[in-house]
Amino acid sequence: MAIRLPNLQRLLFPVAAAVTLNIAMFGSAQAVEPIKVGLVAALSGQSAKSGEALTRGLTMAINEVNAKGGVLGRPLELVRRDDESNPSKGMLAARELVQREKVTVLFGGLDTPVSLAIVPLANQMKVPFMGIWAAGTKITENGAADNYVFRVSAVDELVDEALVKYGVDNGMKKPGMILINNPWGESNEAGFKRALEKRGLANAGVERIQDSDLDVVPQLTRLKNAGADTLLMVGNVGPSAQVVKSLDRMGWDVPVVSHWGPAGGRFGELAGPNASRVHFIQTYVFTEHNNAKGDALLAALKTAYPQIKTLADVTPAVGIANAYDALHLAALAIEKAGNTEGKAVRDGFYAISDYDGLIKHYKQPFTVQKHDALGPDDYLFTHFVNDQIVPLKP
Amino acid sequence: MFTAAIVTGLGLGSMYALLALGFHLTYVVSRTVNFAQGSAMMVGAVLGYTFCITWGWSLWLALPLTLLLCAVYGLAIERWLVRPFHSRGSQAWLMATVAGGILVDNLALFTFGKEPRQFESSLVNLNVELFGSNVGALQLLIPLAGAAIALALYLVRRYTRLGKVLEACVQNPRAAMLMGINVNRVVAIAFAISTVFAAIAGLLIAPLFSVNAEMGMLFGLKAFAVAILGGIASAGGVFAAGLLFGLAEALITLYFGSAFTQIFTFALVILALAIRPNGLFGSKALVKV
Repeated sequence: MAIRLPNLQRLLFPVAAAVTLNIAMFGSAQAVEPIKVGLVAALSGQSAKSGEALTRGLTMAINEVNAKGGVLGRPLELVRRDDESNPSKGMLAARELVQREKVTVLFGGLDTPVSLAIVPLANQMKVPFMGIWAAGTKITENGAADNYVFRVSAVDELVDEALVKYGVDNGMKKPGMILINNPWGESNEAGFKRALEKRGLANAGVERIQDSDLDVVPQLTRLKNAGADTLLMVGNVGPSAQVVKSLDRMGWDVPVVSHWGPAGGRFGELAGPNASRVHFIQTYVFTEHNNAKGDALLAALKTAYPQIKTLADVTPAVGIANAYDALHLAALAIEKAGNTEGKAVRDGFYAISDYDGLIKHYKQPFTVQKHDALGPDDYLFTHFVNDQIVPLKP
Repeated sequence: MFTAAIVTGLGLGSMYALLALGFHLTYVVSRTVNFAQGSAMMVGAVLGYTFCITWGWSLWLALPLTLLLCAVYGLAIERWLVRPFHSRGSQAWLMATVAGGILVDNLALFTFGKEPRQFESSLVNLNVELFGSNVGALQLLIPLAGAAIALALYLVRRYTRLGKVLEACVQNPRAAMLMGINVNRVVAIAFAISTVFAAIAGLLIAPLFSVNAEMGMLFGLKAFAVAILGGIASAGGVFAAGLLFGLAEALITLYFGSAFTQIFTFALVILALAIRPNGLFGSKALVKV
């Protein structure tokens, strides 16, 4: 049954349509077109928390840039795509963001294999690709003559060097390696061995852990019997927690120096009261007393995301901080370029001479030879205290 | 350290054995297996965690309810994923149970969450000294519980009316049906018992491991290997094979290193099956023609 509208309402329809058409035709021509930046990261699945942290870091920085009038007089706009930690999906998403959405800079997520899949595409299409989490050495050192890949994050090979140095500074003479049984573990095994060889140190052996390991006592027993005085650990939250629980059962009080795997989840809960024995690397942590920039960002985060109540809720902080600094550096690069053309923006990154960031004060962060803005001196050693990541005293 | 590895191996082995006994039970009664056994183990751990930790219920209320719900899960698998296909002589139940398990795993991922959680238990931090090695009390409890359940299954099958009904269906389902036994109901009960075994395994290892939506997949796969290794038709064989598999994993890791654990363990399984195709403790099935 048709409904008859009152006369006044019927009259309103053509008026509203005319106004809408007018706005569409003339309003859009006058509006400033935003500069789009893309994020391809795991927004679902087990790594979704990392994708959320990256989104928050980028969003906070974009809000700051836009509040100051944007870049080249245009606001920045974030376009996100989920790679589901799958390299082929990541590559398809990156292609779509570049070709359809015309993003000026592309940001990458947690997974090294996904980033490695995007690297050739970014170099081929001449679009700057900024790594803000994945630490695989080959992402930036990709061998391309014309390299468009930059990074504001840790680098596996430099992390291994930093972990070995930290161990040696704390009396390590013969470490045992306990590594996740996948390419990430293998890549770090090579890095550890190089760092140990450099110092003329032997290792007590290499043992593997996996997600399904119920008990790591046999692996740890081998390392203990081989005379390990420190454990160098690389693994995600679950297997790393199994190592701590197995050490507790064995009653083996050995120092554990770890890559940043434990930071990605509820390590404090899973590993139990001795979670704090694991000293691991981070690029940034929020504390009760941050610098002015850190305090301002923390306050802004609490306003924008009311679910953030304590410091334990701003995790993983590395994701937020890396993304935040990387976005500001990208905005500076576009500003230096004077336009949004890929090669000009890439060269714009080289032209940045100075930026006072959240993680550090960047001085000439990128050169043609150096595409990683962070180095071993920028890594922090931290540990869990209950559910909170706390920096260790230097 | 040898003692610690043995206890680890026995604990792992008992868990594989409990899951594999579930495969055995449904196989002997209906010649079908439930490939969602791994997901039943996960469901047991997830429900136990939700009731005990998230909702703070007493263990004495949470555990029976968890086992009851897992039994219902087994009944549902039999009724909707196995019976419709098996009754028509189709083998599609195989894929249906695999798909059912994946479906439930993903449902758990959405409802329980993506992150692993810790099932706190005072037993986890209780260590005892055994032959000079520190061993977790819970690790000792797992093989004891596994052995007790296997013994209970044996006693039920040997001495109770349910056991005799089960045995009748194992020996000749058609004759059992003619004698007035509701074979469909017996098969459904076997599926319910099998998922309860898986749930017990999940609840026992949850405090040692962590609870997550994907925890059952690999354990289920290994348990099926154990069932085949032991000779799926032999309950004692399946249990012994579970213990052997767990011990082999722990001792290979201890003496050769973790890089060789999976290679050596599965190579041993292939070797054992090449020598004894019906499993270590199985025998050739007689087919009357």
